Amino acid sequence: MLKYDEMYERGTEALRTHYRDYGAWLSQQDETAMRARRDEAEVIFRRVGITFAVYGDKDEDGAGTERLIPFDLIPRIIPAHEWRELQKGLVQRVNALNRFLHDIYHEQAILKAGIVPSEQILQNSQFRPEMMGVDVPNQVYSMISGVDIVRAPDGQGNGQYYVLEDNLRVPSGVSYMLEDRKMMMRLFPDLFRLNRVAPIAHYPDMLLESLRASAPSTTDNPTVVVLTPGMYNSAYFEHAFLAQQMGVELVEGKDLFVDQDQVFMRTTRGPRKVDVIYRRVDDDFLDPSTFRADSTLGCAGLMKAYKAGRVNICNAVGTGIADDKSIYPYVPKMIEFYLGEKPILNNVPTFMCRVAEDLQYTLAHLSELVVKEVHGAGGYGMLVGPMASQPEIENFRQLLTAHPERYIAQPTLSLSTCPTYVESGIAPRHIDLRPFVLSGKTVQMVPGGLTRVALKEGSLVVNSSQGGGTKDTWILEN
Amino acid sequence: MLSRTADHVFWMSRYTERAENTARMLDVNYQTSLLPQSTAVAELGWQGLLKISELLPAYQGLYGEVTPQRVLQFMVREEQNPSSIISCLRAARENARAVRGTLTTEVWETQNQTWLELNRLLATDMLERDPGQFFEWVKFRSHLSRGVTVGTMLVDEALYFMRLGTFLERGDNTARLLDVKFNAVDSDFYGLASDQEYDFYHWSAILRSVSGFEIYRRVYRNVIQPDRVAELLVLRPDIPRSLLSCMNEVVNNLDAVCESSSCLSCRLAGKLRADLKFTTIDEILKQGLHAFLVQFLEQINQIGAEISREFLVPA
Repeated sequence: MLKYDEMYERGTEALRTHYRDYGAWLSQQDETAMRARRDEAEVIFRRVGITFAVYGDKDEDGAGTERLIPFDLIPRIIPAHEWRELQKGLVQRVNALNRFLHDIYHEQAILKAGIVPSEQILQNSQFRPEMMGVDVPNQVYSMISGVDIVRAPDGQGNGQYYVLEDNLRVPSGVSYMLEDRKMMMRLFPDLFRLNRVAPIAHYPDMLLESLRASAPSTTDNPTVVVLTPGMYNSAYFEHAFLAQQMGVELVEGKDLFVDQDQVFMRTTRGPRKVDVIYRRVDDDFLDPSTFRADSTLGCAGLMKAYKAGRVNICNAVGTGIADDKSIYPYVPKMIEFYLGEKPILNNVPTFMCRVAEDLQYTLAHLSELVVKEVHGAGGYGMLVGPMASQPEIENFRQLLTAHPERYIAQPTLSLSTCPTYVESGIAPRHIDLRPFVLSGKTVQMVPGGLTRVALKEGSLVVNSSQGGGTKDTWILEN
Repeated sequence: MLSRTADHVFWMSRYTERAENTARMLDVNYQTSLLPQSTAVAELGWQGLLKISELLPAYQGLYGEVTPQRVLQFMVREEQNPSSIISCLRAARENARAVRGTLTTEVWETQNQTWLELNRLLATDMLERDPGQFFEWVKFRSHLSRGVTVGTMLVDEALYFMRLGTFLERGDNTARLLDVKFNAVDSDFYGLASDQEYDFYHWSAILRSVSGFEIYRRVYRNVIQPDRVAELLVLRPDIPRSLLSCMNEVVNNLDAVCESSSCLSCRLAGKLRADLKFTTIDEILKQGLHAFLVQFLEQINQIGAEISREFLVPA
């Protein structure tokens, strides 16, 4: 299988152009000094408490269930011209997805045109009938989208970008993007003199501006809050971080109540009106009077206030219908249908196992394919054929045969690698990229994203819950 | 600010203060136990310490007989003891973590660092080898936490609720300390008149535990007498750990968070402060110090409950 490394030309020691300055610098660094920097980074991350919780895990060292996400010192660098293409593709894709969501919850033209099969939408657990006919501000459903992009070599060994997933519900990781940059600037200030790295620190400002702009029109100085499931949630650090950076309250469901379709938070000076909720709680838990009745993370009456247009919830309720893995294969067609444009970013070819011939192909090629659960996330419940043992493959064969509609399959992409610090020194490890796209009246993003790296040799799973780390991501300015 | 946020910062400060006071009491008891004294007297000291926090039954249930080593373990490491130093510092840090966005980075990192270091220290034999040094560390971290709070926080509600927590807890702790130490001397609190030396060490230990030994000398320039010790720690407004001084701070910070100063919390606190301000030690002693302190503790408890109801956990 062909390989693609971000730093080195294929099969050589020759640095790619955009890595020349960095590579020259790296080769002059002293091994022990770099090791000391890695230790320093770890100490700081611990003290700052940049941790995430691992579900069902318990430590003995008193740190409870909090873990650090390993941070790698070697940045992932993207040249300006590549980023421009990516950015164009992302704007196009997210626009189409928002158009699709509006359509699905209104006219359903794309279903009537037979481009997406109706039953794929209407019988999907991510479809929220409660949202039919509801108008959301600026027709933006997914204000914050975390689109996962990977790169793999084509037949000639040239790197091609592919979209792997569109995360339109509550994508996380942006705090790591920002903290990784802060750490790099602290550890290696000289590098930022040597390279013109596009800044990203204004992300919270952009986010706050987008959130404020999405407030119900009845208010001119809107109150924005971040809604978190609480401090035991795996992404709690990020919730607290974003609320602090934007200077808004971090609320839990129990801090909110609804009175006559208006949302309030309980403060030391009595109730205060809330206009925009950046929620980091899944749809199912938002409102026990509409969705899961056993939820203690939400606030009863929220949906009614939302539908009455008295409060805005970001991302909108029901965005899951557009980032579902069974809908993913239709995104290129959505772009053509809504925008009349050719897709700029590639999809990964996908076999929909509910289709008989796709299932047949998948079953015959299990050892070459990646099989994913349609509703799975976080790197759980997937089969990476080339890495799997015979019993694992047989297990998936049975699962697929029993419930083909629950799975999709894709060719195993040879994800690009980036040199990374490991036990034995520096070695190539597979990476991906998650830029964060903000949609309002226009679509914008900071130059960069979160680069995740699979630290295990050969592993293609970059999720932090599965031993993944992160890298700072540099977009070089010309 | 959010009521829940106020609740978290309030308790963060209370637990930090409680950890410090526990360390102070343990330190003094430990220092005292190094003096030549009968086993019975020594045991009385350790028992008194458990009584201060109403922990004697819980201790006996877990550890049985009262011995210095076991009390230290119970009051420092025991996670089943909600007042142990580890429990207090854990609770302080958990409360801080729940509202880390409200705190300045320095305040949060100080709390977090305290917790991480505590775990590192307790993994060594520092507590067994040199308890004094360990208690110094706890006090130092509490000083740091208070200093970084005052030194970096915006002067607004969050800071007021933190200060409220600190002084409410401190008032409570000083009162408990006084109550137990004065009662440890059976009969009346003029102590065992026959034993001048015991007296001196007993009263100076109380003073030391609230950093008041040198202050006593400066204020009275005289030998250490229990009624003056009581006066110093109850009525002097210029001693940072006295009851009056704590109540002054409670009233000031309550005034700052209450828009009209007419809430029940404000009125209760104002009344208690006035009682302390306009009474004399002779009047208190006539009533009986124990009775006075019990009443004080009840009132401060009521103020805490009222603050919760009016600001922190509104229905």
